[in-house]
Amino acid sequence: MYVAVKGGEKAIRNSWQLLAEARRGDPALPELGLEQIKQQLRLAVDRVMTEGSVYDADLAALALKQASGDAVEAIFLLRAFRATLPRFGYSEPLDTARMRLERRISATFKDLPGGQVLGPTYDYTQRLLDFGLEGGTGKIAPEESAAPAQAAPRVVDLLGDEGLIEPQAPAEGDPEPQDLTREPLEFPAPRAARLQNLARGDEGFLLALGYSTQRGYSHTHPFAGEIRYGTLEVEIVPEELGFPVVVGEVALTECQMVNQFAGSKSEPPQFTRGYGLAFGQCERKAMAMALVDRALRAEELGERVESPAQEQEFVLSHSDCLEAQGFVSHLKLPHYVDFQAELELVRKMRAGR
Amino acid sequence: MRDDNYNFGYLDERTKRMIRRAILKAVAIPGYQVPFGSREMPLPYGWGTGGIQVTASVIGPNDVLKVIDQGADDTVNAVNIRRFFQRVTGVATTERTSEATLIQTRHRIPETPLSERQIVVYQVPVPEPLQRLEPREAETRRMHALGDYGLMHVKLYEDIARYGHVSTSYDYPVMVNGRYLMAPSPIPKFDNPKLDMSPALQLFGAGREKRIYALPPYTRVESVAFEDHPFAIQKWSARCALCGSSESFLDEVVTDDRGGRMFVCSDTDYCAGRQAGSAFAA
Repeated sequence: MYVAVKGGEKAIRNSWQLLAEARRGDPALPELGLEQIKQQLRLAVDRVMTEGSVYDADLAALALKQASGDAVEAIFLLRAFRATLPRFGYSEPLDTARMRLERRISATFKDLPGGQVLGPTYDYTQRLLDFGLEGGTGKIAPEESAAPAQAAPRVVDLLGDEGLIEPQAPAEGDPEPQDLTREPLEFPAPRAARLQNLARGDEGFLLALGYSTQRGYSHTHPFAGEIRYGTLEVEIVPEELGFPVVVGEVALTECQMVNQFAGSKSEPPQFTRGYGLAFGQCERKAMAMALVDRALRAEELGERVESPAQEQEFVLSHSDCLEAQGFVSHLKLPHYVDFQAELELVRKMRAGR
Repeated sequence: MRDDNYNFGYLDERTKRMIRRAILKAVAIPGYQVPFGSREMPLPYGWGTGGIQVTASVIGPNDVLKVIDQGADDTVNAVNIRRFFQRVTGVATTERTSEATLIQTRHRIPETPLSERQIVVYQVPVPEPLQRLEPREAETRRMHALGDYGLMHVKLYEDIARYGHVSTSYDYPVMVNGRYLMAPSPIPKFDNPKLDMSPALQLFGAGREKRIYALPPYTRVESVAFEDHPFAIQKWSARCALCGSSESFLDEVVTDDRGGRMFVCSDTDYCAGRQAGSAFAA
């Protein structure tokens, strides 16, 4: 005789126990410390901070440890924690021209004020497995010519001086941007809301969409005007003080895509922009974001909307890794009531043939 | 019992107020989808975050909570959500439908009739009944504003023309109070008649899609159909193998690999009550 399956509570507790054991691995090996994750897996930490929308490397490292290195799971943990935090206010706008640069490259000019600063990057390495890392690297001699990082003007501002690129002034009246973590996204979404959505968006999804714009699905003729990575001070204006005070420093990656634009009835031929910004060093993400941002401006610039990357609803409704992973993974939940209803329907349809 | 590291109900009071406002608006306009600032919850989107936020916003210390999934109290996600609320509210929980003041459900409405002192919270994956016919939200919002539901009627008509009957067996669309087309969440259409003129307050939460909607008590809810093809619910030739009910929604259980099948109630409380011969479940 069939007995209904009971004991869900106990099964869940056992599953937690197994998870803890699997996370720890062989207890004879030393346990990963958060400081190690922060420093030696820094790019994973940066991605989790960016998509988790919290600039806190300690929390991101903890999330990565708890998630056994699964980026999306770590982002989930950080976001859920974020939801319980109070919000005290907005920072002053960041002026990225004042960034203390670690890296700054332009693909549009051979040389420019501030120069090309390669910084720490995998770009110019040969992707050969380095078996020297197997047993640990030991001490690394510091770079010899390490000059103190300088601020440098932004490439788009150099083009702007000649009027060759569209100016980017805040919308009339400089309205407070919508905050998608507080209010739902509604369509059509203004650019500020779109950029916030893309900044939180899944790197892989944006990468694929950005890639699609390079393969004929809304070609936007992009040039990597500038990619910069470095640190900036963040200021807020406390109500009781009335003047800005520095509350900390953030590392950021900014990408300015420069795109050809033939002009329209109201606009002369000029370059247009796509913008990407991420916490830490997330260049792939910032570049993909900039490509997609530009593609989403199709309607505003009078271009035909005909490719997925240009469709606001398609892009913005599917960019969030948590919304996507949640709804895909919910298929693991029991659906036997719905399935029963469908079974009954299919039998009825077969009987009626 | 209650974890004091979190506010009562997990959400902070301002967030609860924002959600309650959305609920009040939803109650004032039955069947209308109210956008709300859905928060990231510690459970995944698609696993009941909308229902959890609604429950967290209306639950009080004296409530008695029941959580079901597929009609059962002991399915993994129901257990997990019930455990979550025990942790962040410390309220009493029950498996008895008649004892609960607040019932969070996924995919079923209890067989035991509901009362005026109860609130039912539905977990909703896709709040927009027109989404599969028109994915653009800007368009579907316009259709709701104009009461333009031709698309749905054409879909049902095409089903009938092709198969002789409507091929939707769950999440079967309903008209609320003669005005808004509404997705009842993926309950089997068997449960649709229970929505109509229910004495309980019914609240629907979609976390991922950031929408809340509601059916105030005693609201007219009609399943969409045609005069010559009236709405009909599922019927079984079998009875529940455990309690003998011929009136409840039955799940099919595979008993061996030689085609053996048996049918049992999906509503475990109803079934257990009948087996015990209790007065609670009639």
